[in-house]
Amino acid sequence: MINIENNFKNEVLNNKGLTVVDFWAPWCGPCKMFGPIFENASKINNDIKFCKLNVDDDKEDISRKLGVMSIPTTILFKDGQELKRNIGFMDEDSLIEFLGDN
Amino acid sequence: MYDIIIIGAGPAGMTAAIYASQARKKILLLEKSVYGGQIVSADKVKNYPGFEEISGYEYATKLYNQVKKFNPDIKFEEVLQIKNKKDFKEIITNKNSYKSKTVIIATGSKNRKLGLSNEDKLIGRGISYCSTCDGVFYKEKVVAITGGGNNAIDDALYLSDIASKVYVIYRQKDFKIDSINLDKLKQRDNVYFVLDSNIVDIKGQDKLESITIKNNETNKESTLEIDGLFIAIGHIPVSSMCKNLVKTDGKGYIIANEDCTTNIDGIFAAGDVRIKPIRQLTTACSDGTIAALNACKYINKITIEINQ
Repeated sequence: MINIENNFKNEVLNNKGLTVVDFWAPWCGPCKMFGPIFENASKINNDIKFCKLNVDDDKEDISRKLGVMSIPTTILFKDGQELKRNIGFMDEDSLIEFLGDN
Repeated sequence: MYDIIIIGAGPAGMTAAIYASQARKKILLLEKSVYGGQIVSADKVKNYPGFEEISGYEYATKLYNQVKKFNPDIKFEEVLQIKNKKDFKEIITNKNSYKSKTVIIATGSKNRKLGLSNEDKLIGRGISYCSTCDGVFYKEKVVAITGGGNNAIDDALYLSDIASKVYVIYRQKDFKIDSINLDKLKQRDNVYFVLDSNIVDIKGQDKLESITIKNNETNKESTLEIDGLFIAIGHIPVSSMCKNLVKTDGKGYIIANEDCTTNIDGIFAAGDVRIKPIRQLTTACSDGTIAALNACKYINKITIEINQ
């Protein structure tokens, strides 16, 4: 799990393959509930790079540039391009479905 | 066969789970998404007895951990239908079906939608039902809020501290509430009231771009270009899984007495989904307690009848 508040470009945009980013904040209840589910998924999906971005520490204004207007938001990238996003909490099964077959 | 199946892991359902577990009943707690219910989105809870201040998330998590100590079956599945069989109830979920002697419906309520096209598509892309959750993303932006209740006014005040401009859109000519925050809101110079008007259209592709407002008296339509639309027009009960079985009022709230009994023996309703004048965290927990204990009583009664 990588925190990418300061290196979104290198970790996500320049990354070959799949990268998934969890946009969250410490004051957001559903984000805290989603945190452990996202963490678990990172342990069983070795072919995907898992990253977290705390929107409170988002100095590069990434969330605004990507149009993130609600959290938790999860965005899946392939070769730095957005493939899809989910807005709101996901349970384990929904996250597996979200990450699958790309 | 379970003794009690509880539908919904909000404060009412989880309290019911605690009491039913203490009574040594075999229970299954079903939740379609995440434990906690609506309280999870509450930034701070200051009126729950015993806690001077606690975040909604922290409260829900404490309650969930408390429930888990009793080791009930907990499954994350969505209940689609409840069937009333001769000697038991059958619960059909999106994944399985279960049998139980009793059912406690504690499904709560969800945000009422405007019901306009593009509304669902733009949730989290400009449309929000929770100002305290999503407000921070609208710093220095233009937003509108629709609704005329206390929640809408409180949210409008909160947003006026963040956004550059806040339109308050309400279908009535006057607000029917007494609120200090309404007086405060009227003093704000970045707040504009659009009264006697309804939102009739929402436009936007990847994000919200504009809304169309129609004045009820003149029928004149106007377009507002906004970055965010906050919808605070109340809640609707989640009771479709027991439609045609359990009696509800016109709005879908389950008709049940203070003892939480419904028109069907062995089916109980607890929390916000039940018809009642006051919906608070404390009343949800109260309902959960009553429903669980009455479910236990019912089980003991039918067990005696069967044995006779």
